[in-house]
Amino acid sequence: MTVQDERLFEASPAPPGPLREFWNYFSANPGAVAGLAVLALIVLLAIFADAISPHSPIATHDDAFLKPPFWEAGGSLVYPLGTDAIGRDMLSRIIHGTRYSLLIGSIVVLISLSLGVVIGLVAGFFQGALGILVMRLMDVILTIPGLLLAIVIVAILGPGLTNAMISVAIVYLPYFVRITRAAVIGELAKDYVTASRVNGASTARLMFLTVLPNCLAPLIVQASLSFSAGIIDAAALGFLGLGAQPPTPEWGTMLADSREFVLRAWWVVTLPGLAILVTVLAGNLMGDGLRDALDPRLKR
Amino acid sequence: MLRFVFTRLTLIIPTFVGITLLTFLLVHAVPGDPLEILAGERGITAARHAQLLHDYGLDRPLYLQYLVYMGHVLRGDLGLSLITHAPVISEFTQLFPATVELSLSAMLFAVLLGLPAGIVAAVKRNSVFDHGVMGVSLTGYSMPIFWWGLLLIILFSNTLGWTPVSGRISVEYDVEPVTGFLLIDSLWSDDPGAFRSALSHLILPMVALGTIPLAVIARMTRSSMLEVLSEDYIRTARAKGLSPFLVVGVHALRNALIPVITVIGLYVGSLFAGAILTETIFSWPGVGHWLVEGINRRDYPVLQGGVLLIGSVIMLVNLGVDLLYGLINPRIRYRR
Repeated sequence: MTVQDERLFEASPAPPGPLREFWNYFSANPGAVAGLAVLALIVLLAIFADAISPHSPIATHDDAFLKPPFWEAGGSLVYPLGTDAIGRDMLSRIIHGTRYSLLIGSIVVLISLSLGVVIGLVAGFFQGALGILVMRLMDVILTIPGLLLAIVIVAILGPGLTNAMISVAIVYLPYFVRITRAAVIGELAKDYVTASRVNGASTARLMFLTVLPNCLAPLIVQASLSFSAGIIDAAALGFLGLGAQPPTPEWGTMLADSREFVLRAWWVVTLPGLAILVTVLAGNLMGDGLRDALDPRLKR
Repeated sequence: MLRFVFTRLTLIIPTFVGITLLTFLLVHAVPGDPLEILAGERGITAARHAQLLHDYGLDRPLYLQYLVYMGHVLRGDLGLSLITHAPVISEFTQLFPATVELSLSAMLFAVLLGLPAGIVAAVKRNSVFDHGVMGVSLTGYSMPIFWWGLLLIILFSNTLGWTPVSGRISVEYDVEPVTGFLLIDSLWSDDPGAFRSALSHLILPMVALGTIPLAVIARMTRSSMLEVLSEDYIRTARAKGLSPFLVVGVHALRNALIPVITVIGLYVGSLFAGAILTETIFSWPGVGHWLVEGINRRDYPVLQGGVLLIGSVIMLVNLGVDLLYGLINPRIRYRR
């Protein structure tokens, strides 16, 4: 949008509200809407997992080891997507897996977003020694590749779903800190902040009520992209045996369990990975749409 | 330029200290102490435990222990593996060429495919090809590579029987390690079958590891090309009557490449980390596979030394990329 266009926009009568304007941009992107729809479907699957699943996700069936899906020879509709090596229903496990993936994505984002915003605000408001120290620390974290760092942290904390989520959240922390700090420094120079300060607003009030709301757009975009990335990275930890532990129906852990059957039973390998891909793809599509709608500067 | 090099070099020191702190904590923050890990499930008596604590210096204050550790690290002593009892550093140097070979070929694959795909997508904007490239690259970007590797095995090794499932070369070939890169070593050897074997072992891991950089490079090339193509000097070049090939391939590409090179540089480092997953899937005998085995066997010296070495290598690679980038793009080195 050029400067001229913006002026025209401001001059037009009754501009749409911010939400309305956001939706106009967002819905113009078919990929983003598709991503949102798929994610909504996954949320529904997660909520009603117990009602939809034909079997329990952890119950084993002695009479059905490595049954193929129903369209293959030897498959049946009792286990529509087949069973794994100890006779657990694949469909039920994949449906229940949505719960773990959504939980992982949300918690990772929640931790790194809330910590990152606070640290970033502090680093932005106190740009002296404290700010420099914080940013150097973040630079060190950024130098170490995400997966390697996550592995180290899980090795320190011990394997498990909770620790996997914490470690992935720490890996993403620097991005949120940097984005918040950059946005804060941009806002601090503006008149409305000075006005608020002159009015006697405390630092905390300036931070959270005056400046933060104006820094939200890039944070929301980063949060949505981290949601997808968090699901993949936590699944990778699960795949390496460092994340959720069996028999949890987490997709990465399911893939790790199925590795030895890669040459015999394609469905135990293909299906959990496909579930990860679809979820992450939907998240990334939505994230791209959010970015285009909220942050025109970052437009592709 | 000298000033730029100097500031970059001084940034290395705090980063290195940060990495050593992390690896130091790795062993000292795990539940239980290193001795209990060494003793394993047999356990040791309290008196012996106290004696060993003193012998290993583990009863000293933590900062002193860190300084001692730092002293060992700086002398290249990273301890012995608990399982093989070989020095960690020599195990690493032995396996590292395999990881470098895999990562470099993956990057080559990504660049050779990603650049042309991105350029053509930008030139033919909104065509079927453009949408195809963007769709495929978004999928590639969202791909869990540990699953993608398994899919490649199912399709190319199992169903089609084209490539082997794991390893670097068939056991029947004995290639003299000169460079450590099997592809080069086997080419120099007299046996033509050795090179074919090494190449067929490399292809699947290379594709698996190269997929995400490929997706990112294609996207980045397209968007940066689109931006450059709308510049005035391109219109001038067109108006002068230059052939479309010259306009795109020479005038536009030179400037479009700058952000792409940054992305490539950023990904070189993270490829070593990506190799952790890829090497595990394909049993590729590199440092990633070694590190995962170290985790599974609770071989803490291997884990500690491996992370330190991989982290340091990546740090140095990033430094090299930074310096190179300052050389290519003067705007960077004058900015700070």
